[in-house]
Amino acid sequence: MAKKEYSFYPGCSSQKAASASNYQTSVNSMCDVLDVQLNEIPDWNCCAASIGYAGGGELPRLAMSARNMALSEQAHPDQDIVATCAACWLATKETQERLHNDGGLMEETNKALAEGGLTVKADQNIRHMVEVLIEDFGYDALGKHVTRPLEGIKIAGYVGCQTNRPFGIDGESFENPKYLDKLVETLGADPVNNYDRKVSCCGGALAFSEPEKSQALIKDIIEAAYDGGADMIVTPCPVCQLNVEAYQGQINKKYNTKFDIPVVYYSTLMSVAYGKSYKESGLDGQMIKAKQLDAIAKK
Amino acid sequence: MAEEKKVGTYICKGCGIGDRVNTAGMATIATRECKSQVTKEHDFLCSAEGVKMIQDDIDNDGVNHIAIVACSRRAKTEAFSFENVAISRGNVREGVIWVRPDTDEASETTQEMAEDYTRMAVHEVSVMTPPTPSGQSEGRKNLLIVGGGISGMTAAIEAARAGYEATIVEKTGALGGSAANLYRRVPESSPFKDPEDSGVAALIAAVDADSKITVHLNSTVTKTSGAPGRFSADITTESGATATENFGAIIQTSGFTEYDANQLPHLGYGKGKNVVTQMELEALAAAADGGVIKTADGKDINSVVFIQCAGQRSDEEGHLPYCSGHCCTTSIKQAMYFKDQNPAIDTTVMFTDLRTPGAGGEDFYRSGQDKGINFTKGVASEVTDNGNGCTVKFRDMILDEDTSTDADLVVLATGMVANAGVDIDVVGQDDPGKWEVSVDSILNLDYRQGKDMPQLRHGFNDSHFICFPYETRRTGIYTAGPTRRPMDIGQAIEDATGAALKAIQAAENAELGRAAHPRSGDLSYPSFRKEGCTQCKRCTVECPFGAIDEDEERYPQFNEGRCRRCGTCMGACPVRVISFDNYSIDTVGNQIKNVDIPEEFDEKPRILVLACENDAYPALDMAAMNGVEYSAFARIIPIRCLGSTNLIWVTDALNSGYDGIILMGCQKGENYQCHFVKGSEIAQDRMSKVDDTLQSLSLEPERVETYEIAITDIERAPQLINDMAATIEKIGMSPFKF
Amino acid sequence: MSDMNTAMVEKYRNSFLSEVEANVEEGEWVKMCMQCGVCSGSCPFGPYWDHPPQELFMMIRAGKREAVLSSESMWMCTSCYNCIARCPRGLPITHIMHGLAHYAKRLGLAPKNQQTMKFASIFWDNLTKKGRVNELQLGLKLYFMNGFVEGIKTALCMKEMGMSMLMTKRMSPMEYFGGHSIKDTKGLHAILKKAREIEEAKAKQF
Repeated sequence: MAKKEYSFYPGCSSQKAASASNYQTSVNSMCDVLDVQLNEIPDWNCCAASIGYAGGGELPRLAMSARNMALSEQAHPDQDIVATCAACWLATKETQERLHNDGGLMEETNKALAEGGLTVKADQNIRHMVEVLIEDFGYDALGKHVTRPLEGIKIAGYVGCQTNRPFGIDGESFENPKYLDKLVETLGADPVNNYDRKVSCCGGALAFSEPEKSQALIKDIIEAAYDGGADMIVTPCPVCQLNVEAYQGQINKKYNTKFDIPVVYYSTLMSVAYGKSYKESGLDGQMIKAKQLDAIAKK
Repeated sequence: MAEEKKVGTYICKGCGIGDRVNTAGMATIATRECKSQVTKEHDFLCSAEGVKMIQDDIDNDGVNHIAIVACSRRAKTEAFSFENVAISRGNVREGVIWVRPDTDEASETTQEMAEDYTRMAVHEVSVMTPPTPSGQSEGRKNLLIVGGGISGMTAAIEAARAGYEATIVEKTGALGGSAANLYRRVPESSPFKDPEDSGVAALIAAVDADSKITVHLNSTVTKTSGAPGRFSADITTESGATATENFGAIIQTSGFTEYDANQLPHLGYGKGKNVVTQMELEALAAAADGGVIKTADGKDINSVVFIQCAGQRSDEEGHLPYCSGHCCTTSIKQAMYFKDQNPAIDTTVMFTDLRTPGAGGEDFYRSGQDKGINFTKGVASEVTDNGNGCTVKFRDMILDEDTSTDADLVVLATGMVANAGVDIDVVGQDDPGKWEVSVDSILNLDYRQGKDMPQLRHGFNDSHFICFPYETRRTGIYTAGPTRRPMDIGQAIEDATGAALKAIQAAENAELGRAAHPRSGDLSYPSFRKEGCTQCKRCTVECPFGAIDEDEERYPQFNEGRCRRCGTCMGACPVRVISFDNYSIDTVGNQIKNVDIPEEFDEKPRILVLACENDAYPALDMAAMNGVEYSAFARIIPIRCLGSTNLIWVTDALNSGYDGIILMGCQKGENYQCHFVKGSEIAQDRMSKVDDTLQSLSLEPERVETYEIAITDIERAPQLINDMAATIEKIGMSPFKF
Repeated sequence: MSDMNTAMVEKYRNSFLSEVEANVEEGEWVKMCMQCGVCSGSCPFGPYWDHPPQELFMMIRAGKREAVLSSESMWMCTSCYNCIARCPRGLPITHIMHGLAHYAKRLGLAPKNQQTMKFASIFWDNLTKKGRVNELQLGLKLYFMNGFVEGIKTALCMKEMGMSMLMTKRMSPMEYFGGHSIKDTKGLHAILKKAREIEEAKAKQF
């Protein structure tokens, strides 16, 4: 198969020494196996995420994402924009929708962009990495690269919010998307069926501003994974990953629980199954070690 | 019948019957014991060859009474329909081999079942006569339509389009009814965004232009008699001149009256010009005719509050307990009268549950929101005059607070009261509130059971006719539009169209002497032996369809066209003088009496099951299809309706040594499922007297049970039979075995 | 009262709904709510809202300007989009909540100590400064946003987590000094300035 190229929007958390740098590491390894070339959008900026609303008004926020699209159009006009971060993908896609559907916004946005010497059409496809995997490859093709099946590992597919709503992955339902489960199966592991917090919210950015309320949500997400017999949780979203992994210590203190469940990215699982090393798979980025994966990766 | 009676018995060996039972033995019984003159077995009776064998015997051998011993009477009805002969069916497939295990131990009782069903079929048909039409119908096909509103005009136009003449009798001086008073109607077509022309003028023009439609204005129907195909109606004008005309069928489209808002003083009605009903607002809008709508005393309107459910959906004394269905969309439409003219006018629709039925209802609601109509979920408690307009006090159901708002105009959505005529069923009026709007009769029926159409609930002429909502309890007379149940224009048009087609069907059926739903096409009808009649009137009182009048000598007068052939009259008759050609005390009684009753010490009880053919019998058939087994001691006889059960059958069965009797009918009461409305209920009343019979015979009351069976009771119906078998095992065999 | 707030009160007088329609992101949808309450039942923070979305819509329609804009409710939105996915009327509820929160803050009516408002404002300032989020600075600022003493408490509470992140190289103390940035910060700032100007000019119209 020929090399596939995409205009890549990595997002802030993927940067070196940022909270999802391990995500980026595993994405790179995964893409290497799949012969995917990610062409980074030159000088991309933050998408402002959902929580940017308090400071930024509608137009400034749209302008942030519009600038990225404009830069992508210049650098990689014939490629789809691909994001790995749920918030980046959502913000960019939302901006595109708003620019095309809301009368004067396209014009106003371009007026603002002109100040930075840019102009935007916003007509490139904006896709999440998961869409690329499912639509451009498909489970069968993804499965062909598996050299180390993840046998005997039970994994809860935690889809979360923003890769699921309001856009979601084509062909999946809002209430019970199955793609993570199918992917888990493709890699030789066992999905947790009927994982009832699959699309529940982890609190998102409010994990910072409303820690107690958010941790109550996170607790339920982890508890349901344990209830389903999960050895680990897999997610496609950096905020989900961070929130569900990082707060387990605090939750244990508050609720007297003994949570210690690894939370990994789909790309981590794929890298390991594809034969990549411990480091290449980003396993060194696990605050809670995914021991079963470590064992396979170190084989 | 002039020709000699000749019975032929045809026994099928197909579908495994031949493998499971000894059909030769059954044939012997038919011939020797039952005196069947021709008896034949066939490997595949419903095949063309098998059917031809029977037809040949009819054509060449003079066979005119046919007992088909094969599958259920509900199966292969087309194959086994032979003209001008009497037919009975012995159910050996669903009734025997499919409900019994295929084992050596069971084979003896299975064979006994098959032999009994053979006996029953032959003895049943022996006392049947092939039914022929009564010839009472005069073959009239034209329709009388009482009420010239949207429903009536639609029915007339639809009938005319189908090629039938229609006569509209309208009480007022003009066609159009309530809808003629509307400024605009709720839209009937996509995109459902704006009010539309009511369409009344176009309908009137179409009626006027149609040569098949005759209109009598300022007229009422002062007498209606007869039956489908031969109705006679006196049409009387305001001046008193009366003309008598004949019709094939009747549609009553007498519409509704707006609920009397004077009963709502707390909502400010009647105290000033600032509170109006929906119909009154229509008049204001029509007067403005696209110009600025003002109050009746000419004041400007800058804010309007529409109070939904004013005096309806309420259990307060004098209020309507039901939802009138149209008022929410009507208020949205009326708010648009203001918004479309001037978006600055504040319009608030105050609702508790906004209901916008119909395909476009939701779109229309959205359009209203889009136009800036404010929707407030709240209950108005009081409307007062504040000198400058009104103050509406209300409970905001979302914000959970008592608050108020000012308005220049308040519109009350007061709901519909049916113009249903006289309530012939004055008993059972325990509903909250009594609303007597129209006590003048609409049809002035010259029927034994009352002047107008029976009402179902809340004064509407609906029928809750099982499986056929258009049907009523007066054959050949249909009701349509808001007299039947609350509805909007769109629904009324659909309703009237359906009623027109049903009326045409009724007239056509009447000419052929055929019954309407649910025994569609049945040619049999009840007749009675005058010499035996004691003029007790039970038949005329109990007929669920008012089909039986009384003649000058006070004998029952059967109107075949009105009859639904349920047999309730037959079941009611204490002297058993009423019968149908193919369904009578004897056709069932003969079956009961000819079942072989084994000696008490054989330990083989017999259980008689009289099963309603509408639900219970199909349920048992389906149980058989699903392989549900039941006792080999049961002998099941389908009956037209539990209402046709005559006590003599029960007495005969007990006297002949049956050990148990089960009566299976449909659900009775308010949510009745009886296909003849009242039959099941009447029968169960009648059966309450069975205890006396049992007592006089010194038998246990458990030996006779009456059950309500639904068509879905596939497991339960067989279980009830098995329960009876268990009961008999417990209390012992009947001592009446001779 | 801020100047803008005074101006808006003056401009819209009795019609808060019109004010929301003109000035709040996706505000023109508020009138289309049919009060079914699916949004309220679908919200992960549902129990913490004084006024769930559908009630806020009703309050806007009832003209309760002060109560709506000073409410903590819309600051409870976690942007999970459940309400959007489920709203039978297709209202962009998440965005309306963001829009109301933003508008309340802009008018100076948002509750002074609203934690999410503080965090979200810090976040915006952080990301617009260099075009990319500086997670360390964001985190530290966040700890101390409620004062020094609170900040130390929070920092202690978060110590373990911070250490884990450092250990796994998912955080770097070097970020404190400069850190990630886009190259054309000047261009970005010019774009944002213009965007704000356009928005402010629109608010002043009519």
